[in-house]
Amino acid sequence: MVKVAAVTGNEAVANAFRQIDPDVCAAYPITPQTDMMQRFSSFVSDGEVGTEMILVESEHSALSACIGASAAGGRVVTATCGPGLALMWEMLFIASGMRLPIVMPVVNRSLSAPLNIHCDHSDAMGARDSGWIQLWSENAQEAYDNTIQAFRIAEHLDIRLPVMVCLDGFIISHSIGRIEYLEDEEVKQFVGEYKPLNPLLDIEHPTSYGPLILPDFYMEYRRAHAEVMSKVPEVVLNVTKEFEKLSGRKYGFFENYRLNDAEIGLVILNSAAGTSKDVIDEFRERGIKAGLLKPRLYRPFPYKEIGNALKHLKAVCVLDRADAFGGSYGPLFIDILSSLYFHTKKPILINKIYGLGGRDYLPEHAELVMNELVEIAKSGKVKSVIEYIGVRE
Amino acid sequence: MKLKGWKEVEPGATVTEPGSSKKFKTGSWRTFKPKFIEENCIQCLYCWIFCPDMAVRLENSKMVGFDFEFCKGCGICALECPGKKGNKAIVMEEEGG
Repeated sequence: MVKVAAVTGNEAVANAFRQIDPDVCAAYPITPQTDMMQRFSSFVSDGEVGTEMILVESEHSALSACIGASAAGGRVVTATCGPGLALMWEMLFIASGMRLPIVMPVVNRSLSAPLNIHCDHSDAMGARDSGWIQLWSENAQEAYDNTIQAFRIAEHLDIRLPVMVCLDGFIISHSIGRIEYLEDEEVKQFVGEYKPLNPLLDIEHPTSYGPLILPDFYMEYRRAHAEVMSKVPEVVLNVTKEFEKLSGRKYGFFENYRLNDAEIGLVILNSAAGTSKDVIDEFRERGIKAGLLKPRLYRPFPYKEIGNALKHLKAVCVLDRADAFGGSYGPLFIDILSSLYFHTKKPILINKIYGLGGRDYLPEHAELVMNELVEIAKSGKVKSVIEYIGVRE
Repeated sequence: MKLKGWKEVEPGATVTEPGSSKKFKTGSWRTFKPKFIEENCIQCLYCWIFCPDMAVRLENSKMVGFDFEFCKGCGICALECPGKKGNKAIVMEEEGG
């Protein structure tokens, strides 16, 4: 029986963790992630899970403890956001380089200064090339579903890489939405028993983690890491198929929303995709062929599939909730541009920076962008490739 | 020795063979090497105690020289050596000098 509930994104993910009952969790509170780990700590205190909860003095220590616990042979989780993820920076590469399948929700938050606790994607975008897999989630349901699938992807014996599950701070983490929970037993069965690989606690087979690798070998390890990344997409698809059988909910590399016959389109991550889809429906009712692509698997980036999904459009706007100071374009735009570069027929691309530090993204913003795309599709002329949305002059 | 290619390296750079550091000869790092002057040695074994590797060779509990496959030439043994009547039993010399 499907259990429908009205919960926040944080509550949904905390419940996914409860159902999975990981061996170890080390975390440090940081808004807007705090409430997720607080809820999970309550599950630990109430004996609903057998997880060893390690309270640490910083995010650097949180991920360090997770790395140790994961190398020791445990199924390990943590969660963070914004500046917390920034403080984990050094350890991110250690977790991925040691091929430790840690699962970490990232409740997307802006970076300081100026100090701000609200949603944008600067945090996870900064960590996009740290060797972790990244799944992005539009709402609480997707955050919950992605969290459960993340374990299967991370722990797959051909992969063994850590996964970030991104969800928008406050907009999703603290807003109540409708969600369908799976039964505890279903989740446990889907995720399965954890199989450690070369665990430190296996004293019959001693293993050393973290040796010094000099110039004569370092590049071979990096090349091997890239190879593992290239195997991730297939595993992701297989896991989504199994998950669909269980839940009835279909996932892929990205969501294709009314794109197949579209002439203009938006590419946008996470919660703002929901707002955009409403506006796309309105444009469709007016006879304008509009569509949307919402990336889900952002690292590794499915360049080929995304390029194929967008190449037939006339004009596309990529909306970035992160800036790239001095890099000219937002990070998502650069990836979309790369995915289309090798196609001879491709849409005209523009880039908008929106929603920094929790600035609202409203339907009228999407309307303005889509009206501009209609004009570009007609005239072939672009006024400005990159612009900021909703900023005061 | 043929070095492993990227398809052969261990996942996560783990080392699963215990004691394999013995095979990793670190002596090539040396730019200075210790020279043992036996007549000044009082067999206090400070060099053996202080060596951060295990590069001081003992025979029958007596200092007899160095294992140059592992000695990195840090010079701690020469610094700590009390010698005899002010004359050091270990001095550092430039490698290849």
